[in-house]
Amino acid sequence: MACIEARGLRKTYGKTVALDGVDLRVEEGRILGLIGPNGAGKTTALNAILGLTPYEGHLRVLGHDPWTLRGELMRDVSFIADVAVLPRWLRVHQALDYMTGVHPRFDRAKAEGFLAKTDIPPKSKVRELSKGMVAQLHLSLVMAIDAKLLVLDEPTLGLDILYRKQFYDSLLNDYFDGSRTIVVTTHQVEEIEDVLTDVAFIDRGRIVLEFGMEGFESRYAQLMVHPDRVAEARALGPIHERQVMGRSILLFDGADRQRLAGLGDVRAPGIADLFVAVMGSRVSQPEGAPR
Amino acid sequence: MNNGDIAVTSPRTAPAAIPAKRLLYWSVRRELWENRFLYLVPLIVSAIVLFASFIHLFGFPRRMQNALTLDPARQHAVIVGPFSMAPAPIMFATFLVGLFYCLDALYGERRDRSILFWKSLPVSDRTTVLSKVTVPLVVLPLFAFALALVTQRFMMLQATAVLVANGMSAAPLWKEFRFFQESLVMLYGLVVHALWYAPIYGWLLLVSAWAKRAPLLWALVPPMLISAFERGAFGTRSFMRMLQYRVTGAMQEAFLFTPRRDSHPPLIDQLSQLDPARFLTRPGLWVGLAFAVVCLVAAVRLRRNREPI
Repeated sequence: MACIEARGLRKTYGKTVALDGVDLRVEEGRILGLIGPNGAGKTTALNAILGLTPYEGHLRVLGHDPWTLRGELMRDVSFIADVAVLPRWLRVHQALDYMTGVHPRFDRAKAEGFLAKTDIPPKSKVRELSKGMVAQLHLSLVMAIDAKLLVLDEPTLGLDILYRKQFYDSLLNDYFDGSRTIVVTTHQVEEIEDVLTDVAFIDRGRIVLEFGMEGFESRYAQLMVHPDRVAEARALGPIHERQVMGRSILLFDGADRQRLAGLGDVRAPGIADLFVAVMGSRVSQPEGAPR
Repeated sequence: MNNGDIAVTSPRTAPAAIPAKRLLYWSVRRELWENRFLYLVPLIVSAIVLFASFIHLFGFPRRMQNALTLDPARQHAVIVGPFSMAPAPIMFATFLVGLFYCLDALYGERRDRSILFWKSLPVSDRTTVLSKVTVPLVVLPLFAFALALVTQRFMMLQATAVLVANGMSAAPLWKEFRFFQESLVMLYGLVVHALWYAPIYGWLLLVSAWAKRAPLLWALVPPMLISAFERGAFGTRSFMRMLQYRVTGAMQEAFLFTPRRDSHPPLIDQLSQLDPARFLTRPGLWVGLAFAVVCLVAAVRLRRNREPI
C-alpha cells in the first residue's frame, strides 16, 4: 500500500486555487522531492498531508484521513515545517523531556547521541543558538522519532552550505533505513539530487511531472550541439533549448543516445536542468494551453 | 480501506498510545516553562506582602495591647484582620496573570510559528486547549493557595517573634487566628472564584485563538460595542452591569456577610459565612460555565484551522 495517496486533491483560499487536483502516490521506502516555484502549492500540499489544513478530494496518509485523525497520525508521521519553528524559550533538555513525555516513538538516548555530535550546549535555550544549530537541534529531535513518514518543508532555508550538507548527510546516514518514507521540498534542488529516489514537479497547484530517479539518467539526455548540426538536432524533438555562451543546449526525453552523440557532447542533465526545461516552457505558455 | 490494509502498514509494533493524563501533564508543564511570570508575579507579590507586614509590625505590640481592651468581636477583627487579608493581593495577582496568560496562550504560538512544532507531535488540539485552561482554573488557584498559606505562616511567625521580644504573650494571637478554618475559607474562595471567572478565561482563550493581531483589543471591543448599543437603543445598562457583576460578584454569590459601614472590606474567616448551596444553585454560575464551554469548544476548532500569522 502507498504511504501517501492523493487523488484530485483540491484546496482553495477564497478565489485563489492553491491545489488544483493533485494526483500523487508515494510508496513506502521512497524519498520524494517535491519541487516547484514559489506559490506552486508545495506547502499547501504538505499541510494537507500533515492534517494541518482541510481539503477536497481523496487523500490517505498511511491509510488514514489526515484531517480527521491528525493526533493519531502524528505518532507515525513527523515533520519539520519550516526553519526556526522551535519556540525560542525552550531549553534543549526541556525539549528532550517534553518529547519523551508526549511521544510514544521518541528515543531519548538516540536524540542525545545526535546532539552529542553537535556543538549545542545541553542547557542552552533555542534563542541562544545560531540558526544552523536550531536546525541541527530540530533534526536531532525528529530523527529520534521512529516514524514511518518524515516530511520536510524547506528544512534548510537560510542555512549556510556546510549546515545544509551536514543536514542531508545525517538524514541519509543516521535516519533513512529503506523502510521509512521521506518527502522533502526545497529550492536547492542540486543539493538533494543524490538523496532522492523520486521527484515530482508541482506548478500552479498541479503535479506536472513525476519520475523515479532510477530511470532518470537513461531517459533524459542533454546535448551541447555542434554549431553546424543544430537544425538536425532540433528535428529530433528536444523538450527544451537554451543558449549558453553562443552554443545551443538541448534537452531530450527518451532520444537515442547513439544518434545524439554524433551531433555533439551528450551529458546527463541534472534535475535542475529538467526543472528549468519543464517550468520554463510553462511560463512562456498561456495558462491552460496544451503541452 | 479495510483493517487488513492498515495491519500491513504497521510492521513495527505500535507502542501503546500515551495516556491522556500524561499528555495533559506534560502540556501543562510546558506552559509553566514558557510562562514563568505565572509563578514569578505571585511570588513577588507575596514578598511585598511580607515586607509590608514586617513594617506594620513596628506598631504591633501597642495595637495588641489596645485590642485586648476591646469587646471580643472587635478584638477578633483587629487582631486577625491583617493576617486574614494577606492572601487577597496574592489571589488577585494570580487572577491578573491568569488573564494575561489566557490572552496570549493561543495567540503567541501562532505569532512565533512554534505552533508548527507543537502540531508535529501527537498532542491533539483538544488536549492543548484543555491544558491551557487548566492553568487558570486549577494550577494558579492551587499555587495561590500554597503561597498564601506559606505567607500567612511567615507573618504569624514574625508577629510572634515581635510579641515575645516585647515581653508579651502571643497566645491571644494564636487563639484568635484559626489556621485550619482560615485555610478552608481560602480554598473555598479560590474554587468559587475559579468557577465564577471560567467564562472570562474561556472568552480570552477564544479571542487568543482567533485574533490575527491585537488580541487585547478584540477581547475588549465586542463587549464595549454591545454595551454601547444597548445604551443607545434601549437606554439601559444591564449588559455592562452583568459584566461588572461577573468581575466582582463571586463574593456576594458564595459568601454570607454584611458589608461594613467603613471603607474596610468585611472580614471573612468563619465557616458559617460560606454558602456553597446558594452559589451552586445560582443560574449566573451555570450560564457562565456553559459560556466557557462554548468558548473552549470554539477555541479547539479554531486552533485546528488557524495557520501561523
